[in-house]
Amino acid sequence: MSRSMRRAALFGIPLLALGGLALAQQAPAPRDVGALYRPFEAPPGERTRADLPWPAPRNVTLPAPIPGIGRPATTAEIAGWDIAIRADGRNLPPGRGTAREGEDLYIQHCASCHGDFGEGLDRWPALMGGRGSLTTETPRRTVGSYWQHAPMVFDYIRRAMPYTAPQSLTNDEYYAITAYVLHLNELIAEDAVLDRESLPRVEMPNRDGFVLEARPDTENAACMENCRQGRPVTVTMDSRQFVRPGSESGTAEPQ
Amino acid sequence: MKTDPSLGPASRRGLLRAVAGAGAAAGLPGGAALASGNPENQPPNLPEWSRTLGPGVIEEPYGSRSRHETAVRRYVPWLTPDRISSVSFTPLAEMHGIITPSGLHFERHHGGVPDVDPADYRLMIHGMVERPLVFTLEDLRRLPSVSKIHFIECPANGGMEWRGAQMSGVQFTHGMLSCSEWTGVPLRLLLAQAGLRPGASWLLCEGSDASHLARSVPLAKALDDAIVAYGQNGEAVRPQQGYPVRLVLPGYEGNMWIKWLRRIEVGDRPWFTRWETRTYTDLMPDGLSRQFTFVNEVNSVITYPCPEKPLHGRPGFVEISGLAWSGAGRITRVDVSADGGDTWRSAELQEPVLTKALTRFRIPWEWREGQTAYLQSRAMDDTGRVQPTIAALRQARGVESIYHKNSIQTWLVERDGTVVNVQIDA
Repeated sequence: MSRSMRRAALFGIPLLALGGLALAQQAPAPRDVGALYRPFEAPPGERTRADLPWPAPRNVTLPAPIPGIGRPATTAEIAGWDIAIRADGRNLPPGRGTAREGEDLYIQHCASCHGDFGEGLDRWPALMGGRGSLTTETPRRTVGSYWQHAPMVFDYIRRAMPYTAPQSLTNDEYYAITAYVLHLNELIAEDAVLDRESLPRVEMPNRDGFVLEARPDTENAACMENCRQGRPVTVTMDSRQFVRPGSESGTAEPQ
Repeated sequence: MKTDPSLGPASRRGLLRAVAGAGAAAGLPGGAALASGNPENQPPNLPEWSRTLGPGVIEEPYGSRSRHETAVRRYVPWLTPDRISSVSFTPLAEMHGIITPSGLHFERHHGGVPDVDPADYRLMIHGMVERPLVFTLEDLRRLPSVSKIHFIECPANGGMEWRGAQMSGVQFTHGMLSCSEWTGVPLRLLLAQAGLRPGASWLLCEGSDASHLARSVPLAKALDDAIVAYGQNGEAVRPQQGYPVRLVLPGYEGNMWIKWLRRIEVGDRPWFTRWETRTYTDLMPDGLSRQFTFVNEVNSVITYPCPEKPLHGRPGFVEISGLAWSGAGRITRVDVSADGGDTWRSAELQEPVLTKALTRFRIPWEWREGQTAYLQSRAMDDTGRVQPTIAALRQARGVESIYHKNSIQTWLVERDGTVVNVQIDA
């Protein structure tokens, strides 16, 4: 490397940095996030700790954008990927379907895992039943017993189902399958038409069943000496009644 | 006041000396192990690998471990309906230090591992932004970057044992846990590129895998320490971890670290997706479920000895070693008990002790011949949280909440050195 090349290499870095500064000065001014932020009000409840999961951003100023990195997203690009439905039904697509129309689609695309009646085969999830089970020793979390918002049933079925071919059906077909699943749970009639207007009005039985973060909820004094105060150790459960110590609970061989 | 003289932190050198003396008197405890293998390769003989040339460089352009090493990820067939939407576990008993080798990083997929072509990779940011943008991988690599060491833990780690001990070893009780150095763009900078509109307070982050897994992330977290990562342990993020780009949310439950990240939508409230209602919510005994329980709280486990690494009936010196971690911050102390929680001693923490990273702890112990022991570790973090007992967790949450079980683990050391996963009365 010649002396002039070395000098160019040495001086190149500060020159580039100055160039970056010059470009940054042309970009929009930094934005104070505190001035932009509007908190989402946590639902009230004596067990709810809204301060933990979503504190307001503190003293955050966004830097100015760096020009030339990232190109504008077109409306068509956004429309193709923006599949997320809101809990209140916003962004539900046009289309319609009934449970009666959905039955054959369900049998064709869903029943091999979830069962003809949504009972769940093998270890695949059940989609129906379980109402009243959440306080028992065997709670069953199904669409009817646990899901919070009906539009999000549509959201999940469309984004991830059928299991082997997600997002492969029409919106009409997804409305019909959603209707069939809700009908299995006796939440809508067989001929009720589901669309972007009616789906958000379906009342889910467990819609009020959720509270926000409530931890820390355990204490431990971190005692160092005589912590058992003379009580002998009692084993309450020994894994050897199920499995031998070691790696036996699992396998690296596909099964 | 009772004490347990078998456990540190009494002068480490002093303990070592005492044990060496005992060993000499009883015949070195390692004697049985030394007699194993092929004597032809052992002193005073010249082993076969010393008498021939080995392969040269580039024998393996991308290297692999010694053929004698056998640590593998494992999965539990009864846990999930298939291997596509399933989980595999890191063999924590085989780990040294705090970094998980990328090939042993636990896996959790909801629609299998997509084969993303980096040339076609696109990240879209839109919603309540001033400038909806599309980034290529090259765009992301041009932006200012950071490298940070953080653990990732599935919130269901330990979830099979709310009712009692049933798994065979630490790989299955705690192995939905790994720690890597992650390199990428602070999410804050990508949001600056797009510009936030008034009212922005939540993001939806979505993967491009078949499940299109999507989680709501509070804006404060996105602006704090979130990383859009393309690097893992010095190379590209592995396909099983989200190649080419994954979200890193230090301390938050692993499900939110969206892999194969394709889309970030800015909004004014959470989305209540399937993964924040049907799953990853914590059902309490009164039938109500806790939602948006993001942080994995302070936790620890002893990885040596453990059921996979028993003591083989060889009494004497043992360096107890394990891992501690907290999604709320930095580990400040780890205490170890050998008597089921009656007496505790603080362990040595291996530097560097990093926030929201695995922390290795060690403490010398003398395992006396024929002694039954109940080994436990108890971690604390810089928020003052102390790892709870299983009894305290059950008291607060019952046994059906699946997620965020961070209770003190007990290993029973039998007289013959067998180590057993048990739960005890505290």
